[in-house]
Amino acid sequence: MESLDTIAQVLASTIRLTIPLLFACLAGLYSERSGVFDIGLEGKMLVAAFAAGAAAAVGHSPWLGLLAGVGTSVAFALLHGFAVITHRGDQIVSGVAVNIIALGLSAQLGSTWFGLGGQTPQLQPEERFLPLTLPGADAVAGVPVLGQIYSQILSGHSILVYFAFAMVPLTWWVLFRTRFGLRLRAVGENPAAADTAGVSVNGMRYAAVVCCGVLCGFAGTYLSIAQSAGFSRSMTAGKGFIALAALVFAKWQPVPAMWACLLFGFLDAVAIRLQGTALPAVGILPVQLMQAVPYILTVALLAGFIGRATPPKAGGVPYVKER
Amino acid sequence: MSARAAELPWWADALVMPVLNLALAFLVSGGVLLALGEDPIECVQIMFNGAFSSGSGIGYTLFYATNFIFTGLAFAVAFHAGLFNIGVEGQAYIAGLGVALASLYFEFLPAPVIILLAIVFSAAFGAAWAFIPAYLQAKRGSHLVITTIMFNFIATALMAFLLVNFLKPDGDMAPETRTFAEHARMPLLQDVFGWFGLTMAQSPLNLSFVWALICAAAVSLLVWRTRLGYELRTLGASPDAAVYAGMPVTRLTVIALMISGALGGFLALNEVMGSQNRLTLEFSGGYGFVGIAVALMGRSRSIGIILAAILFGALYQGGAELAFDKPNITRDMVVLVQGLVILMAGALEHMLRPTVGRLFAGCSTTATAQEA
Repeated sequence: MESLDTIAQVLASTIRLTIPLLFACLAGLYSERSGVFDIGLEGKMLVAAFAAGAAAAVGHSPWLGLLAGVGTSVAFALLHGFAVITHRGDQIVSGVAVNIIALGLSAQLGSTWFGLGGQTPQLQPEERFLPLTLPGADAVAGVPVLGQIYSQILSGHSILVYFAFAMVPLTWWVLFRTRFGLRLRAVGENPAAADTAGVSVNGMRYAAVVCCGVLCGFAGTYLSIAQSAGFSRSMTAGKGFIALAALVFAKWQPVPAMWACLLFGFLDAVAIRLQGTALPAVGILPVQLMQAVPYILTVALLAGFIGRATPPKAGGVPYVKER
Repeated sequence: MSARAAELPWWADALVMPVLNLALAFLVSGGVLLALGEDPIECVQIMFNGAFSSGSGIGYTLFYATNFIFTGLAFAVAFHAGLFNIGVEGQAYIAGLGVALASLYFEFLPAPVIILLAIVFSAAFGAAWAFIPAYLQAKRGSHLVITTIMFNFIATALMAFLLVNFLKPDGDMAPETRTFAEHARMPLLQDVFGWFGLTMAQSPLNLSFVWALICAAAVSLLVWRTRLGYELRTLGASPDAAVYAGMPVTRLTVIALMISGALGGFLALNEVMGSQNRLTLEFSGGYGFVGIAVALMGRSRSIGIILAAILFGALYQGGAELAFDKPNITRDMVVLVQGLVILMAGALEHMLRPTVGRLFAGCSTTATAQEA
């Protein structure tokens, strides 16, 4: 029974660690499918985490935090859009700029406003998104396996977790079953053709970038006021880039994106669980190796060793109407 | 009139645009300072004095500038070939291993040989770390930006693994190597001056700075005066033309990125061998990313890169003084300013161009009208 409990714990922590990746990965999906590469996911998550932590601490409400997080992230997304869509700037350079600005701004504002060396104040429980107990979870807790799965793995997460998973089919539906989604993908694959058909390429790309900003806002908010009780300096710690890796790994598809994020979340959870414990036959597994696995897998995929990842055709190229 | 029609004279492109974009970045930074309740003018004065008013301040400014020259050159060489090497950070980090190898395991050799070995090893390690993404880009069409980002993180994990498990002396807690022997360090410029009976203020400025200037000159020659440089620039300007002209595109891609990695690797000479005297975690500290801004500001020309690097060095050193003087301001402010410079000089460089172009077009038409 003890090993079952351990497995349940690892899986529950997998879900918690997956959420920021999943939000950010879906965010990148909208943006990149429309032809706007975004390596600034990390930065947008970071400012969102800061804004959410600060607003929740000052306004004493997680919802206010969410609003601030999403708002700030959208503002940064629009900055990226302004640079690369309106002014046809380089998308990679703009992404680097967003990341560095986010890093400096969140830490500087944090230390000036709160005087805690870049952190936001510790949040009280009522200022956070707390774990919810799903109906009947306690009642079935005693049932072996199925009851455990329900009560220990599926139940006991914050509302944002369920929202993240709901976003996966929703994103699939929006991208592949609506006119908006068709147009969004069209401007990412062949903007000139979409333009000829009367679709505003820049308008669609702005819409996609805003979707990206909203979801990055959720990712950052989750980090600072659901997973932890406040913002701390550079708390995203590369999660935005793992999300980017997951996006490539999922070949720019929503449902595979979820599996990729779950895989990377699982590796993270296992790495935390195994820290310092010796495995039979293998010995102590180096934590750093486990941390590097998502990146190594992604490079292997890009190299064509595990299938082929084809990015949206017009990705990274600014659209110029007259030639 | 479309935005492209307004061509700028070359000197305006090389001087006016960077200065304007920089001014815009500083203006926004000043706004942030105001919002934080500080006087921007006073802050600029503190930063300027901190960076330039004392010998030691200048030394520190040039010390930081050395890092930026290396990473700026690294980015620029790849950029000439149309390649976006965002992995300079990781290449520089791995190159630290090469420096440590020379300074720790070859310390029985005389100092000049160790320095030579450190140069060779850091270049080799940096180039090696660039090789795999380069090969994958050239042979398999893997997106270079994504692979190099991934390699930055793999480098972080690998270095942490090596430092914790192998390189740190037994019994020590901190994940860093032992301190290098006196003669296995890069000589400080103040000591070099001392050999000739001259005195110089205390600072970590070391011979790597001289090596950086030599590299800048060498890169300039390579890019503009050699056959390889011509081929690299052709590849950057038009890959199709390069293929049509029969240039070995795969080999050129790999060579450009390996040169880039080697130049980035020299960052380790300055930081590890010149200043910290041991291999530490995260010594590359974001210099690789700022190199992008330096190269963009300097228009990928060596002289421009040196000037931009000194500017960023001054920003670093001045920012440290500012953080010391003003309890309200931390060194994160400098990070923010750097980000804004990358945004304005890099991503938004086309924003002011049409306006400036129209101004110039207006001036030249009036001039011709007057002549007539």
